[in-house]
Amino acid sequence: MNNSLLVVLVASGIAYGTPLLYGALGELLAERSGVLNLGVEGMMLVGATMGFWAVQRFHASTGIALVAAVAVAAIAGAAMALIHAFLVITLRASQIVSGLALTIFAGAAGLSSYLGNDLNLADNPARHQFNAIFPGTLQRWPIVGPILFGQNALVYASWVCVIAVALYLSHTRPGLNLRAVGESPASADAMGIDVVRYRYAHTLAGGAFAGVAGASFTLAITPQWVAGITGGAGWIAIALVIFAFWRPGLCLVGAYVFGALQALAPELQARNISLGPTVLWANSLPYVMTVLVLVAVSASGVRRRLGAPASLGLPYVREER
Amino acid sequence: MRIERRLRQPRWLLVAVPAASLVFAFFASGLVLLATGHNALSSYRQLFDAAFVSTGALSQTLTTATPLAFTGIAAAAAFRMRLFNVGGEGQLYIGGITAAAAGLYLGGRGGPSAFVIAAMVAAGCVGGAAWALIPGILRAFFRTNEIITSLMLNYVAGILLTYLIFNTESYWRQTKGFNASVFPTAKPLPPSSLWPGWTIHLQGGITLPLGAGIAVVVAGLVWLLYTWTRFGFEAQVLGDSPRAARYAGIRTRRKILAVMGLSGAIAGLAGASQDGDFRHLLDGDPNGLQKQLYGYSGIVVAALARYNPLAVIPVAFLIGGLQNAGNTLQGADFPSGLVGVMQGIILFSALGGELLVRYRFRLGRRVKEGVPAPEPAA
Repeated sequence: MNNSLLVVLVASGIAYGTPLLYGALGELLAERSGVLNLGVEGMMLVGATMGFWAVQRFHASTGIALVAAVAVAAIAGAAMALIHAFLVITLRASQIVSGLALTIFAGAAGLSSYLGNDLNLADNPARHQFNAIFPGTLQRWPIVGPILFGQNALVYASWVCVIAVALYLSHTRPGLNLRAVGESPASADAMGIDVVRYRYAHTLAGGAFAGVAGASFTLAITPQWVAGITGGAGWIAIALVIFAFWRPGLCLVGAYVFGALQALAPELQARNISLGPTVLWANSLPYVMTVLVLVAVSASGVRRRLGAPASLGLPYVREER
Repeated sequence: MRIERRLRQPRWLLVAVPAASLVFAFFASGLVLLATGHNALSSYRQLFDAAFVSTGALSQTLTTATPLAFTGIAAAAAFRMRLFNVGGEGQLYIGGITAAAAGLYLGGRGGPSAFVIAAMVAAGCVGGAAWALIPGILRAFFRTNEIITSLMLNYVAGILLTYLIFNTESYWRQTKGFNASVFPTAKPLPPSSLWPGWTIHLQGGITLPLGAGIAVVVAGLVWLLYTWTRFGFEAQVLGDSPRAARYAGIRTRRKILAVMGLSGAIAGLAGASQDGDFRHLLDGDPNGLQKQLYGYSGIVVAALARYNPLAVIPVAFLIGGLQNAGNTLQGADFPSGLVGVMQGIILFSALGGELLVRYRFRLGRRVKEGVPAPEPAA
């Protein structure tokens, strides 16, 4: 029963959905402060590269090496986000073009590939990787075994992050301030909230999450380094924030649905199942579905009620209100 | 120090800022090279040689500059209206597919070469425009964010392109012969559908491809469209202020569709020129055409040209040189990915430079309270 296509798809949907979830949570924090960062794909890829590098170079026990690698990935992602933050918050550049620039700079043909090639990361499997943490007997339980107990530490940590971000946004002073900054920076400023500091902090936090998202590719899903390993996951994460109406809980649901869509193609191939041009439709399914869901959300008008942060994409300049 | 909005943008800044961006980008990329233990000066000398000086370098640079000119004009045409078509990559692939179909079909029937080439140009435009109209229609009628949709379609187009050659016995795939049974490959285009080139006897022969000529003509036409016609004016108004455009009675939907179609058609031309000028078959190899990322680099070209279609041509030549050198030099001294790093830094500095165009810096203390500001607010 645990090998049935449905159970495997749900279980690997959670595994494949985890980087989407981390990426979407990070983008959500940045967007809630009013900063749109289209560089998620690039930040993820640099996180993937540097996390993999750390795990190959640090000589420590598995647990310590992996924690250190995730930390390195988070710092690398945040460093990329700092470029974007400086350009759009301090220099008031176009958020859209700057985010695209970040993806070109850091992305599959940019810094992540440069570092990966220069540090000779290709062609070697990861020395440590995230494995399922529960004992085999629990994993063999019917249905819930593989789905709930067959996952690695990054998956469980992402659940903690979802709860933490949700509580942060609704129950803490800085979280409420953050929402004020995103909705109306001028009022927030008048209340004495430091708009610039909030925007920097949350853009950087978003980058750190994206870095961890990248590391979950190279340390868990496919424990090796290949240029452009994320294959557009960063862009799907940005779209997820829109589907989830800027709410962390819905990000989790969306991430797992799209994770399952991504898991479908390799799973069908492994089982030799084919339905018409399988390679074509199964591989393009996550991208096509992203477009379709985005259309459904924008056409239904829910977006206007549940709304994006009102100042999303706009620079804040105190003198130019 | 105070930052003030400029009331008038001096002309010299419009040239000086992109030029300074390039210089700064070389400086910053030099730091990246130094930080990773490479000799930046010798890398740059090799880069300059491979791009412009050594035998055959200019010819090679033209082969990378031509597609960049098309994708650059495509991006400029859309970005000018703040319509962020980042789907140039996918539109290029689809244009390549449709143009190759036209070339294989008509060329195989032995039509006159000029007619076959014209048909390929038209087919490339139609294919690219159709692919661009998907995000265009979604944006016009459902207000769907065109950035994400056009980007997602790049991946779909890439999967389709590879599928046509590697996973199915399509019209574009070579199915006869020994080689075809060993490794999947595309049908070569018949001779009458190959685009002509003109040779200049310099540097061991520089080939000017037909596509480069078409790109220059297209750049001129798009420039005329945007500076001298009502269409261009309305697109500009719509970009600067959608609300003002609506009050002025400009038909927003129609304009979005027209501009997306135009942008896609030009990106599709890049695909047609890839077939006819350079590759002479439909290149579905994931490590071939798809590794060049001409569509994304076109955005860098357009931004550095400040979305001016005429300026795209010289900028495409410079960035094309960079990309060509990256292809040629790839190796220990010149890790692959460096070109993307440099392009990214060029874009960053062009963006930062915009600040200098739009604002000016004044040294001195803040104006005392109660005293009116020396200039009215912009």
